[in-house]
Amino acid sequence: MPSLELSNVRKAYGETLVLDDVSLTMEAKEFVAFLGPSGSGKSTLLRIIAGLETADAGEVRLEGERIDGLPPGRRGVAMVFQHYALYPHMTVRENMAFGLRNAKVPKDEIERRVAEAARVLEIEAQLDKKPGQMSGGQRQRVAIGRAIVKNPKLFLLDEPLSNLDAALRMRTRVELAQLRQRVDAALIMVTHDQAEAMTLADRIVVMNDRRIQQVGPPMEIYARPANAFVARFVGSPAMTLAPAALVAGEGGFARVRLGDGAEVETRVRREGLPAGGLLQLGLRPEMVAVAAPGAGTTDAKVELLERLGERTLVYGVLADGLEVIAQDVGDSRLQVGDKVGLKMDGAAAHLFGPDGAAFHSEARA
Amino acid sequence: MNVERGVNVERDWRGLLFVAPFLSLYSLILIFPLVRGIWLSLHRVDLFGGGQFVGLGNYVRLANDPVFATSLGNTFLVTLMIVPVLTMLALLLALALNNAGRGAAAVRGIFFSSAVLSVTIVTLIWRFVLAPDAGLLGEAWQAAGWQPLAFLSDPDLVLPAIAVTTIWWSLGLPMLLFLAGLQQIPGDMYEAAALDNASRWRTFRRITVPSLRRTIVLVVMLQTAAQLQIFGQAQLLTGGGPSGASRTAVLFLFETAFGRWELGYASAAAEVLFLIILGVTLTQYWATGRASGGQGGR
Repeated sequence: MPSLELSNVRKAYGETLVLDDVSLTMEAKEFVAFLGPSGSGKSTLLRIIAGLETADAGEVRLEGERIDGLPPGRRGVAMVFQHYALYPHMTVRENMAFGLRNAKVPKDEIERRVAEAARVLEIEAQLDKKPGQMSGGQRQRVAIGRAIVKNPKLFLLDEPLSNLDAALRMRTRVELAQLRQRVDAALIMVTHDQAEAMTLADRIVVMNDRRIQQVGPPMEIYARPANAFVARFVGSPAMTLAPAALVAGEGGFARVRLGDGAEVETRVRREGLPAGGLLQLGLRPEMVAVAAPGAGTTDAKVELLERLGERTLVYGVLADGLEVIAQDVGDSRLQVGDKVGLKMDGAAAHLFGPDGAAFHSEARA
Repeated sequence: MNVERGVNVERDWRGLLFVAPFLSLYSLILIFPLVRGIWLSLHRVDLFGGGQFVGLGNYVRLANDPVFATSLGNTFLVTLMIVPVLTMLALLLALALNNAGRGAAAVRGIFFSSAVLSVTIVTLIWRFVLAPDAGLLGEAWQAAGWQPLAFLSDPDLVLPAIAVTTIWWSLGLPMLLFLAGLQQIPGDMYEAAALDNASRWRTFRRITVPSLRRTIVLVVMLQTAAQLQIFGQAQLLTGGGPSGASRTAVLFLFETAFGRWELGYASAAAEVLFLIILGVTLTQYWATGRASGGQGGR
């Protein structure tokens, strides 16, 4: 049975439309990440599922049951809030037990579930403390524990890692991955961090501008972005989008000319591409290699180097001013100001139409 | 969260200059009268100055003065009538008006407006309400076919009448304090409670009241200290009558000092009242401070 089904969900605040006909179906026990920039509607969608906001139109079903008319507490969902929203005057034990007491769960059952969750999350020693006496990471665990004890059908995580420092975030990410193995429920995580979405989710729902832009497994989103927005938003650093004109000619695959005159032979089928109009050539850093000046597709001047250890990102500027990010080996000898050749892997590159629609290389299909 | 600070800062007398203007004014209008009051209370002083040291004579006289005892009893009684009702009413009003609507803002203003009136106006208004022959309540009673109640001349009704007047007058500030307290409660806590399936009553009992605990303590302490000094309402509505049934402690002070000009005796009564208020407030602080220990951030 599918877990969560959203059909044609629509929401507006006054005149401002924030969600426009959003539909989505989640598999049982699936981990889905809502990924998008601020204001993309991802948090609103999560709150509609939780029942903290009401949709203006559309249906929300959970395991077959329609839940959009139910109060939040009766939907079978549990939520971990961005700022945890723990009750400051209650101990950790009371925080976790509060929802179960309200649901009239027997006392020994409550104790059993709280003890089990505390064991799993390693917060047994903190059970009688109050949230104010705990660190951010511990509070995060309490917030997760409060969700776990309810045995929900669906977990909702609102930016669960955004309040943690970098080291703790990495650890908690691993723990979240382990957590989803243990719970018998589907999970939705809202995030604006593409690395979190890529590493944790089975499928990513990329949202922007009130709509779902693409739904798919992380690698598919990365390798075959549905449009220019997804291509730019997923992947770090962002994909270079170079304005490119289609070169007339024969052959099944499109050949394009960049602004500085360099031509790139792609593996994107020529038919189906929009006639006329300017295209964009999409190049991830790993598709652009550094070569000797004159030996590559085109030449560029090195403007910035980011040495990441195992590789070096080279920010080059072409003759027409376009910035292209290339990748070089970790111990690259390049210096800022050097003139280099850039070898573009046309076989892997993407093309985007004037409206942002993507056309992918057959080599990567 | 106690952050240890370096304590090796040289004492610097120049720092005193910054507080000197305040300190001198504070000494002049608060410390000096306080000490002077204690000095007066140990003397027999009348209008013509001078004064003769009588030690604790004034205090002994107070302990045996039935009028003072009655006035203290009245004060406690009226405080007990006012503070719990006032606190609860203010909290209920704040809860009802705690939303962003334009209507609520207007009603908040209306409820607060009584607080800006002077006691003279307030008692004047309530005289119109309470007077048995032509007052608002009298008319209502008569319309219902009952005998109008003599709120201001019945010894059993006069303190409740003063209490009602005071509650009406004093509602604004506690309401504002509660509103401010309610705004401090993060909204996501109520969302968490909604997801925890908490009923409205349970949310109020387990989320709102504990979060307002400090405000409730503050309101009760401020109001207790204020109402133990109740004066204007009794003075203007009833003059302490009938036959002392509404004479409060401060009214006793006033009559003794500026009616009979026994300044030393009145000062002694003032010192006793001061100690009582201090004792009550400290007891409240101690009792609630212990219970709310260990409350921190989220």
